[in-house]
Amino acid sequence: MRYAYYPGCSLDATGIEYDTANKLVAKKLGMDLVEIPDWNCCGATSAHSTNHLLALALPARNLAIAEAEGFETVAIPCAACFARCKKTAAAVQASPEMKGKIRDIIEMDYQAKAEILSFLDVVGKKVGLEKIKEQVIQPLRGLKVAAYYGCLLVRPAAIMQSDDPENPMVMDHIIEGLGATALDWDYKTECCGASHVVPVPNLGKNLIHDILRNAASHGAEAIATACPLCMLNLDMRQKQINALLGTNFHIPIFHFTELMALAFGYSGQDFGLAKHFEPAEELIARTVNPGVRSAGA
Amino acid sequence: MEKVDLSNIGNEVHADITQLAKNAGVELSSCYQCGKCSAGCPVGFIMDESPRRVIRLLQLGLLDDALRTRAIWLCATCDTCSTRCPKGVAVAALMESLRQEAKRRGITTEKNINLFNDIFLNNVRLFGRSPEVILSALYNLRSGNFFQDMDAAAHLFKSGKAHFMPGRIKNTQAVRRIFNKCLEKEGQH
Ligand code: SF4
Ligand code: SF4
Repeated sequence: MRYAYYPGCSLDATGIEYDTANKLVAKKLGMDLVEIPDWNCCGATSAHSTNHLLALALPARNLAIAEAEGFETVAIPCAACFARCKKTAAAVQASPEMKGKIRDIIEMDYQAKAEILSFLDVVGKKVGLEKIKEQVIQPLRGLKVAAYYGCLLVRPAAIMQSDDPENPMVMDHIIEGLGATALDWDYKTECCGASHVVPVPNLGKNLIHDILRNAASHGAEAIATACPLCMLNLDMRQKQINALLGTNFHIPIFHFTELMALAFGYSGQDFGLAKHFEPAEELIARTVNPGVRSAGA
Repeated sequence: MEKVDLSNIGNEVHADITQLAKNAGVELSSCYQCGKCSAGCPVGFIMDESPRRVIRLLQLGLLDDALRTRAIWLCATCDTCSTRCPKGVAVAALMESLRQEAKRRGITTEKNINLFNDIFLNNVRLFGRSPEVILSALYNLRSGNFFQDMDAAAHLFKSGKAHFMPGRIKNTQAVRRIFNKCLEKEGQH
């Protein structure tokens, strides 16, 4: 199936390996991802702190282009971009007056007809578990993974329409489908501080620390994310948190599609595993190819 | 909290509050102050007033006090509060409206968050996208936190996660027109 793909700004930079993994996985699953032509930044999270109309109009331009190109489904890998697009579509659907305003601002027609899904939901629900399992040739046997959804992917429930705002399971099912173990833990949908981590460092450090601690105490060997910002916060700031709070976390963090790519037979080099801050090679060597490491050592 | 005199709050203030709540889709009188929103708020521990108390300020007509809280800036829009409110109050949407209104009135209690937002949006206005490197560099420079995240920067560049050339879209004019129109229409929503 053809999907309009909205990578968002971070998939070209800090989330580049997520973008690569998405494309590898999509190819295996027979998904045709087409980047929305000349897309702009959706404004998250600064636009909605500043101006209501701007927060709606920036995503609306991208969605209008996707509609004009005839796409029925838009797939969005960043939870923040996804939330802004969903909120825009909901606001336009709810009020003809808002629809008119947005049309005037973006100078394009926008009907809010295309379905907007997170990349996680596209993979987990549209493509489905059966197809995923068919592609697994290197099961992640025994790998204990905490599926971390964060907040924006699942809330507010009425708009995001995820499976559950407090205990979502889509990513857990995918992880199990890859042969790994999805852990039952408490911080699945807690907030990581999003972009506040930069201007309010104290805030971020506490939130990220709590997430890591809870995952670790449930035996997580890795955490899977479905958002480039969650990934960056948990991965890049782990060392800073250790230095600041005297902890000693070394938990590899993965975009969920990276785990899929590994199980589908790709190697870490294929998507850029070495770009992670917390080294994951050893864990992968141990889990994915139990024979390789001992043979090579 | 010290004693407050509510007898001389003018009608305009109440009208402003009603309008703000309406924009956020919130009926202020629905909130019965149970505090469930605030119990689950991940940011509550550094807020000056809890989300529940911000709502109480509005119920009492103390708009100015609500607009001067740090809480409305610190709110991370995670929507835990709204999801759990037994009365269906859209707390997060209300926090957002208050933040926009505070900004409009030039009340920016959390200077660094406001600065971060301004730099972010200025990049989007210029390039159509938000180049992360430029965002962090300008933010560090202008906030005076020169060395923030410098330890991570080396890895970001080495691994190709950060680059100096900003990605920009072709039709930057379209985005600029969106900015101009939205800021023109301000206050009409
Ligand atoms: S949870 Fe709802 S009713 Fe309770 S204090 Fe918060 S907003 Fe008010
Ligand atoms: S949306 Fe804001 S106020 Fe509500 S729980 Fe999250 S951080 Fe707290």
